[in-house]
Amino acid sequence: MAVEQKELAVGQELVRIEDLHTQFFTEQGIVKAVDGVTFSIEQGKTLGVVGESGCGKSITAMSIMRLLPEPRGRIVKGKITFFPPQQNNINQTSVDITALDRHSSQMRGIRGRHIAMIFQEPMTSLNPVYTVGDQIIEAIQLHQQVDRDTARARAIEVLEQVDIPDPERRISEYPHQMSGGQRQRAMIAMALSCYPSLLIADEPTTALDVTIQAKILRNMRDLQQEYGMSIMLITHDLGVIGRMADEVLVMYVGKKVEQAEVRNIFHNPLHPYTQGLMKSIPLIGLKDKKLVPITGSVPSPFNLPTGCYFAPRCPQAMDRCRREAPPETEPEPGHFVSCWLYK
Amino acid sequence: MTDITMQIETPTETPEIPVDQERGSLTQGQLIWRRFLKNRLAVAGGIVILLFYVIMVVFPGFFGTYNYNTQREDAIYAPPQLPQWRDEEGKFHLRPFVYGLETELDFASFEWVHIVDKSKKYPVYFITRGEEYRLFGLFRTNIHLFGVEPPGTFFLFGTDDLGRDLFSRVLQGGQISLTVGLVGVILTIILGSVLGTISGYYGGVMDNIIQRIVELMMSFPDIPLWAALAAALPPEWSPAKTFFAISVILSLRNWTGLARQVRAKVLAYREEDYAVAAQAMGASDRRIILIHMLPNAASHIIVIATLSIPGMILAETSLSFLGLGIQPPIVSWGVLLQQAQQVSVVLERPWLLLPGFFVVLAVLSFNFLGDGIRDAADPYSN
Repeated sequence: MAVEQKELAVGQELVRIEDLHTQFFTEQGIVKAVDGVTFSIEQGKTLGVVGESGCGKSITAMSIMRLLPEPRGRIVKGKITFFPPQQNNINQTSVDITALDRHSSQMRGIRGRHIAMIFQEPMTSLNPVYTVGDQIIEAIQLHQQVDRDTARARAIEVLEQVDIPDPERRISEYPHQMSGGQRQRAMIAMALSCYPSLLIADEPTTALDVTIQAKILRNMRDLQQEYGMSIMLITHDLGVIGRMADEVLVMYVGKKVEQAEVRNIFHNPLHPYTQGLMKSIPLIGLKDKKLVPITGSVPSPFNLPTGCYFAPRCPQAMDRCRREAPPETEPEPGHFVSCWLYK
Repeated sequence: MTDITMQIETPTETPEIPVDQERGSLTQGQLIWRRFLKNRLAVAGGIVILLFYVIMVVFPGFFGTYNYNTQREDAIYAPPQLPQWRDEEGKFHLRPFVYGLETELDFASFEWVHIVDKSKKYPVYFITRGEEYRLFGLFRTNIHLFGVEPPGTFFLFGTDDLGRDLFSRVLQGGQISLTVGLVGVILTIILGSVLGTISGYYGGVMDNIIQRIVELMMSFPDIPLWAALAAALPPEWSPAKTFFAISVILSLRNWTGLARQVRAKVLAYREEDYAVAAQAMGASDRRIILIHMLPNAASHIIVIATLSIPGMILAETSLSFLGLGIQPPIVSWGVLLQQAQQVSVVLERPWLLLPGFFVVLAVLSFNFLGDGIRDAADPYSN
């Protein structure tokens, strides 16, 4: 099969998200699921997105894929630009994803082909009535003009890459004949089958047990090297972030509160919310250290506090925090934070 | 703070536990088939249905004793003649025979009466030549499964007001009645699943329009609606055309239930992760509907179809019974039952009710079969 040569330019922008606002229009009112988030994903890097449930991390991913349940939820403002990597020495022009029709063939051509996604639930992400092989072959043939035998060979190859034993036989098995870990591997195989340049992984290992989790993550990282793709890893598990991510984005109620290199996030968290997250990680071997939970709970999306959304739970909140939302600052190079403490 | 990255870096290596390769797992189809075979009633229903379709739909002429349209002046309202194995002297005959039938005019009531003439015996021959009929409506042939040599007669179910053999007519009527059910159900499936899927998948205005049409269709009383539609059929239409139109009329009312159920299924499937995953892989709406959703709903649709065939058969029977459906000279079970509309007829000539027995048998068998398929196809039933 003619594998397109992707020239990896690590550090070059792959996807740029500018001031993204995604809102849901519900009976009770408007939910600002993503509220002015800006970041970019670089080629060959892993961006970790952390935050509590409902902070907008999955919705950000769905916005990039344009898979929001429109018109109920839609991008109201902002721009998502996709820069396809250089292929065969030809520079591709950038695509404004927000300007595309979500049903258009151009958007369908990006989904799966350039940006692939894997989901949290490996149990239900595969169609129960088809064999795993059929579904991977379908994905390959959707995007590449190849015959079934070639697609099948590619499916076996990619199943082997995700460490599924005996792929020639397993390819003709139904999803219910596989374990949860194997199904998630099969999903990753399907996502990789078309050589995507960005893999969005929405809590890929949350539903799996810890040993399988570790193996799958390691496998994903190896394959990232091999395929030279970027990963947007959505999780609430800071351990996973520590293992996988190069850059970390911390979200809270639809807003980006902090963004930095993974080392800085763990060693020098600036935002009180990030600091709280770090204090709540259990560490094996540190007996006397008590876990400190973040007090309070996430505010209701219909009744957001004025000023900084984290202020009601923040141990260091000042008067100003309750009045005005903090702007984003860059206290050290490459480390962004939205907090009045650093203004 | 300690280096978290280092601490969680070393995953414990668990060896891949070897799976028993040979302990074969059954495919979904095999599982369904096994569960189905366990249900005796459903299997019996299935066999009856199969026999009905082979005998009545495919070869009614061959299995019937006579041509269903032959009229006999000397055998009006003849009672059923049953095959005998033992004669008056108690002698056993390996080849069954029927007694002769004498027809006399009863001068008291001025009606033809039939008297069994036990002095005449006509042996029953199998695979024999008799009256001519058309096989598959094309080839002229005269081979019947069984019959007797003239001048003997063998009316297994008796005859009707024109002396036509009721047994042959029941088989011929079954051809129409059972096919109406099938054709009607195929149309129902097409209409119901297409409209149901569109309604469920796209939602919004489209869903609203389709659901209101469904409600409108459901709020019509069945028989007057059918009657009005059937009355609108031009009488000069050919029998085949009328037959097809009746099927369409029946399915026009029938698709609504299926559409609702398919819609509900699709609403559920739309939220399934694999539908979103297929979208994320770049599949189009049409592809998701046709390739991912319909096969999932297929078992449900098949069950609904099987369960609604008896409804179709009954509907055709009622329509024809009322004289609004299939018109003579074409026969259907409903047309045959038209003769049993008068109590006096039923009292004196109860064999004219025999087509009703076949309706009951067909409907029951379909219901048992449908129930069996539903239980077998449902992976959660136990």
